[in-house]
Amino acid sequence: MASETPRLRCSSQGSVLVVEFADRDVLDDVAIRQINSELVRQIEAAKTVHVLICFRGVEHLSSAALGTLITVNSLVKKRSGQLRLSNIKGTILEVFRITKLDRLFQIHDTSEQALAAFPKS
Amino acid sequence: MMSTSNTGFDSGNVNVSASAEELEVLQTSVASALTRHAYGEHALFSIRLAIEEAVMNAIRHGNLSDPAKTVEARWSVGAESATFHIIDQGEGFDPAAVPDPTLDENLEIPSGRGLMLIRAYMHEVRHHGLGNHLEMTFRREAVA
Repeated sequence: MASETPRLRCSSQGSVLVVEFADRDVLDDVAIRQINSELVRQIEAAKTVHVLICFRGVEHLSSAALGTLITVNSLVKKRSGQLRLSNIKGTILEVFRITKLDRLFQIHDTSEQALAAFPKS
Repeated sequence: MMSTSNTGFDSGNVNVSASAEELEVLQTSVASALTRHAYGEHALFSIRLAIEEAVMNAIRHGNLSDPAKTVEARWSVGAESATFHIIDQGEGFDPAAVPDPTLDENLEIPSGRGLMLIRAYMHEVRHHGLGNHLEMTFRREAVA
């Protein structure tokens, strides 16, 4: 069942919590703080252990948003799950490459490819 | 405040406190000037990101999020280049002492990537005074 929040759209697909951003810009501090607390709340409440964050529609991303992704990655790993990212636009993918975070995160072209890569429970 | 000079430069000046609205006013004014000078999409993306990182660093690390302090943002956009001055009211810092966030041991630290993104996306980056005055320039001809 899908649930709507102001900053995120979350749904479950099998053993995976799928998260999409409601806004095209993930930049300003207030929005990122809201996203951070909403993500942590959703992950802690989820019955699933794996998380897919889909960047469809996201045009801008700041280093503070990258920090949130790193925090979420640690949280998911602590729960013995995996975090995967998908549908990242070329300009934003460049930000991941420059910061070398493409080495830390599992990044897929599409959400379908990402979902197929999670371990089957 | 924004103005257009007869030398072909658009320029402006915004004081940003901790308010997202003031930063958005700055971003919108700069984006309008860049569009007027026919800068491309990647230039707009790069400059928007660099401004965001510079102002947020100035608010967080320079002014230590003190709501009584402001960040002065001065900008000038011409046909060949766009230059920005971001000045905070903090104690300054040594840019050389900022750890490299791309090292393996720092990769999982959630903060500390703003300055490296500014250096990656702008063509010239200088720190003046004690380090609390950042000057950054984007050169259009440097884009492939």
